[in-house]
Amino acid sequence: STERKKFYQDVSISQGEGGVFEINLDRRKLKTPGGKLFTVPNEALATAVATEWDVQRDTLKFYTMHMTTLCNTALDNPTQRNKDQMIEASLKYLETDTICYRVEEPPGLVQLQKNEWDPVMDWIEKRYNVVIGSSSNIMGPTIPEETKDTFRQHLASYNFWALTGLEYVITQLKSVILSFGLIDQHLTVEKAVQLSRLEEEFQIHHWGNVEWAHEYDLQELRSRTAAGTLFVHLSSESATMKRKLLQDLEFPLPRKPTIKTPLLSKHSHH
Amino acid sequence: MSVSFTVAPLRACRDILKELRAVKGPGYQRSPAYRYVMDQFRHNRITSEKLCRSQQDLLHRASSYLCLLQSTRLHLSLHAEYHGEGSTREKGLGDVARMVGLALPTQPGGKGWE
Repeated sequence: STERKKFYQDVSISQGEGGVFEINLDRRKLKTPGGKLFTVPNEALATAVATEWDVQRDTLKFYTMHMTTLCNTALDNPTQRNKDQMIEASLKYLETDTICYRVEEPPGLVQLQKNEWDPVMDWIEKRYNVVIGSSSNIMGPTIPEETKDTFRQHLASYNFWALTGLEYVITQLKSVILSFGLIDQHLTVEKAVQLSRLEEEFQIHHWGNVEWAHEYDLQELRSRTAAGTLFVHLSSESATMKRKLLQDLEFPLPRKPTIKTPLLSKHSHH
Repeated sequence: MSVSFTVAPLRACRDILKELRAVKGPGYQRSPAYRYVMDQFRHNRITSEKLCRSQQDLLHRASSYLCLLQSTRLHLSLHAEYHGEGSTREKGLGDVARMVGLALPTQPGGKGWE
């Protein structure tokens, strides 16, 4: 069932063996659905999960606890897949990427897709030095192998946890391109969701809508996408490790505008 | 340029705390999230120069977290309104149809399965 009565008062986090963090519900340690001890690699993730449990009232609404769900997926790996399999699954979405499929009519929607999606397409082609292209024919664009290889390499640089989050975002937005835009901080969650729902938004403006259903879908997609994004960013590196490194590197140096964050690779493995 | 960068992190921090207060109530300052968020924003000192990479990261993360808190709260309240007691699930099909401006067709002789 999707709900259960709340059975605890206090939520806290604590650090366990090997520096991982655990979630305490009163004096009990949270476990995964698979029965494992629930552990996360850093304090930021632990805090986000703890907050989900902390804000529950009389009944536990599991369908709103996306950070917890993502951690459970990473910990239990219920589909028993490895990184390569997850990468291929993610890449598969490129073939049916939302922003690659263009309509031929009505003119208003054609123009809207051009105005809103072309800039993101330009951005990703430049950023990754690839060719993707869009198409209005029923088969969609043909993605060059080199493009897939470039993305494959990039996806491989993420650790297993981050990849779990990234695949989740891709399935929610139905777009690899929008997901990369989001993870690379080119887009906000709200913008990526809006771009993903462009056609729905267009239809709603033209035909009106059943307001609550539209709003419901929008908020649900936003919350899932936001959770996935945060999950990727918090899993990509140890938050406390990065802060310490930055403090060591930046503060002894004289402050010049040209100093960028040196040396740190974007996605270190934990 | 520098003004907008110094305002944005404070705004993000304040908005997150507002959300926490909305979902947690009076005890929100004792929550793990409150302490963590305050800690993050204190440690990332905002300089008047170009926003550095770590500050951009923080802003994007804060923006994502704020979106998560807001949208989850709204999703939950919409769910309660439309899936809970007195909601469409408990209403008859006729009532639901009327809600969206339709009417069920009349079928003389009743439906086959009744």
